[in-house]
Amino acid sequence: MTELQQDTRRAGALGELLPPLTRNEAAVESARCLMCYDAPCTHACPTHIDIPKFIKKISTENLLGSARAILESNLLGATCARVCPVQELCEGACVLGAEHKPIAIGRLQRYAMDFIYGKGTLPFHPAKGTGKKVAVIGAGPAGLSCAGELAKRGHSVTLYERRDLAGGLSTYGIIGLREPVEIALMEVGMIEKLGVKVETGKELGTHFTLADLNAQNFGAVFLSVGLGATPGLGIPGEELIIDGLEYIEQTKLATSKLMIGRNVVVIGAGNTAIDCATIAKRLGGGQVTMVYRRTEHEMTAYAHEYEFIKREGVGFSFLTQPVRVHSKNGTVESLECVRMELGGSDATGRPAPRPVPRSEFLLPADQVVRAIGQHKPSLASQLQLKTEKGFIQVSTEYETSLPGIYAGGDCIRARGAASTVMAVQDGKLAAQAIHERLVSRG
Amino acid sequence: MKGWCHVADLSINFAGIHSPNPFWLASAPPSNSGMQVHRAFEAGWGGAVWKTIGAPVLNVSNRYGAWHYGNQKMLAINNVELISDRPLGVNLREIAEVKRAWPDRAVIVSAMVESKPEIWHDIIRRIQDTGADGIELNYGCPHGMSERGMGSAVGQVPEYCEQITRWVMEVAKIPVIVKLTPNISDIVMPARAAVAAGANAVSLINTINSIIGVDLETLEITPNIGDKGGHGGYAGPAVKPIALNMLAALGRDNIVGGSKLPISGMGGISTWRDAAEFLLLGASSLQVCTAVMHYGFRIVEDLCDGLSNWMDEKGFATIQDVVSRSLHHVSDFNQFDLSFRAIARIDQQICIHCNLCYVACNDTAHQCIDLIAKDGSVVQPLSYDVHANGKEDAISTRAKVVVREDDCVGCRLCFNVCPVEDCIHMIEEPSGRASVTWGQLSQTQREVTEDWEKMKKYREKMGIHIH
Repeated sequence: MTELQQDTRRAGALGELLPPLTRNEAAVESARCLMCYDAPCTHACPTHIDIPKFIKKISTENLLGSARAILESNLLGATCARVCPVQELCEGACVLGAEHKPIAIGRLQRYAMDFIYGKGTLPFHPAKGTGKKVAVIGAGPAGLSCAGELAKRGHSVTLYERRDLAGGLSTYGIIGLREPVEIALMEVGMIEKLGVKVETGKELGTHFTLADLNAQNFGAVFLSVGLGATPGLGIPGEELIIDGLEYIEQTKLATSKLMIGRNVVVIGAGNTAIDCATIAKRLGGGQVTMVYRRTEHEMTAYAHEYEFIKREGVGFSFLTQPVRVHSKNGTVESLECVRMELGGSDATGRPAPRPVPRSEFLLPADQVVRAIGQHKPSLASQLQLKTEKGFIQVSTEYETSLPGIYAGGDCIRARGAASTVMAVQDGKLAAQAIHERLVSRG
Repeated sequence: MKGWCHVADLSINFAGIHSPNPFWLASAPPSNSGMQVHRAFEAGWGGAVWKTIGAPVLNVSNRYGAWHYGNQKMLAINNVELISDRPLGVNLREIAEVKRAWPDRAVIVSAMVESKPEIWHDIIRRIQDTGADGIELNYGCPHGMSERGMGSAVGQVPEYCEQITRWVMEVAKIPVIVKLTPNISDIVMPARAAVAAGANAVSLINTINSIIGVDLETLEITPNIGDKGGHGGYAGPAVKPIALNMLAALGRDNIVGGSKLPISGMGGISTWRDAAEFLLLGASSLQVCTAVMHYGFRIVEDLCDGLSNWMDEKGFATIQDVVSRSLHHVSDFNQFDLSFRAIARIDQQICIHCNLCYVACNDTAHQCIDLIAKDGSVVQPLSYDVHANGKEDAISTRAKVVVREDDCVGCRLCFNVCPVEDCIHMIEEPSGRASVTWGQLSQTQREVTEDWEKMKKYREKMGIHIH
């Protein structure tokens, strides 16, 4: 198979799961919205998009107004329309959910976003320049949101990104089936058009320091650095295990490096693990098994993701802990595991799994992928920032223990589940706090 | 037309015109040809009023416009189609053929010709020669024909109605129905003219003058005919309330109602429920057009089936048992009981918390619905923290909507906006005041109805609290 053919096949298998709504579908669906007052969907949305407002605008065919209504609250509306766990957020709170089908809010939002990006219209005219400078570190959703909001207010923003492309997990870490890389980059383009200067390949600590930023008269810094590396399992044969985020990244940006096993074991049961299993199943087509040391009741993936992956035909081995990778000549042959049982609650409040003695068994595998979360942000200790459970500690104004240094996104998520939309809200609220700081100081 | 399980007899005798059920195709595009009427009768229609025949005409393209709302297509249709553009001879031959093939169905022929006695005499005789059961005089068409002195140009002038009807009655040997236009201040006047001229029945309503809209892209009128557009006849579900009011006005009029002239009702009848309402307000045959143009002849099945089932349920044996049953409930403001009191009550078990009642009451009515939090306190809308998120938080902290019953004036707006069936009830509450109407008040205490100070004292005395 040629590389082109492979790429085409991958695009098909991992192309966006849901097609865009047609004009008629959008008209019918938007007209179904009751236009609740003080709507629960808006409350449930972490960025509090005025959902009835943007949906009503779709039904009146005021699509530009609809897109603006979304972007006013959430600059990354196109990403969120695709990756948000709407079942847990807006759609989960829809008043029609109890007896009917909730409004397809995510897909309607995507419809409005597709319109404005298709048209190429900038949603906002940035305010007159204030002459104030802000540095944003990390061009993931929180950083883009913060940078864009500050640019809207007329501040001069430089967004530093250590990697080659901006967009963070939207670009690198979210499976194309949910969000194609083009969407993430399109949003970056919009943020740039708002006046944000994006500098990629620039890492804080490696290429520049906070002191450098200070010397360049940056009035504030926003840290949106995400989480650290993925932790290892600490088991023999670990070097043969593939990192889940790299696995996903290869499907999006480095397909020539991608190898998919015929018998893949994915370790972990979070949303990233599910994405890895989806890739293995859709691109490899062989056997895929997810192993998790607890049971389905404790798994961190969203319920709808779990349902999705079961329908994809992926198998599960719960109460299973990997202990060793068996290989021959550098090729994986199997994953040795041990059976677990659940005991009393651990620090996270979930029942702690413990190994069942002499219950080792072999899971045949030619590829093992690991998706068991990420390390806490390493930058916190580097900058000597106060932390909370390893995450950067911030005030209600998103300011860290260092004055003028703000933070948001996954790197501060000491409580609650990390998500794109929460990161966007952090960026937005931090931008407001930074703006007030800059304005009050003249 | 009766199904095996139906008890009710749907057949009618309308001014001597018999039909197995009260549903007739209205004079309109669905009854344009013998082939169509034949198929309509096969589908079960009780009768058809043939599309108006008469003076020569030519039609235009883009003749129908439509009014859509939300997900509902064709809430109304508007048209600039004229009377039949098929040659008179062809129409008359097909009418005769259809009537021969369907002796048990009502075939009524609508006619409209120039306002000259000899021309009317001629058309009436030719219609009678077909064997048709009745004639409907089209005094209603609001476009095209009216500009030539026919249609609503006649219907809007009671004297013309009466004169032309007299000419018709001079030669008519079969029942004559006068069709009334709603494009008039008081529809009772032309109806009285029909009574005076000796017509056998009236029918209403014809279409209402309307412009459907303007195209925001081209700035042309919708629908666009060349680069022009204009007023056309408006019909369909949206006009039903107007038709019901006009129907009731005829029934309540001493002359028209008193004459016991049968009334054929039409104007937005789409379902058996609509049909039943027209019967209850005095119609004894029913004509349908827009709903057929939307869904085809097949809709007659549920019109009959639904009406039969409802009649069985209610114990009505015949259509005549239903006709005018609700007319005595129709009255005027003057006769309404000022002491009647109803208040809104929200069923908390089935409320879905859309807050549409709240915003409607708070912004546009009487500010008597509160948002009550779990702890019983009154809260303001949009008062959650910006950090709040997730469905659990949104659902678990959602306030209840509760009516402050002492302040509720019973306006019924909340009841109307509520999207949940049977969620808001208008509860009758004793007001504690003796029944009195405005009519009585203006006779017995005229000063109260003319002077705000006196009104204030009256209210205080009666304990009428205006929120």
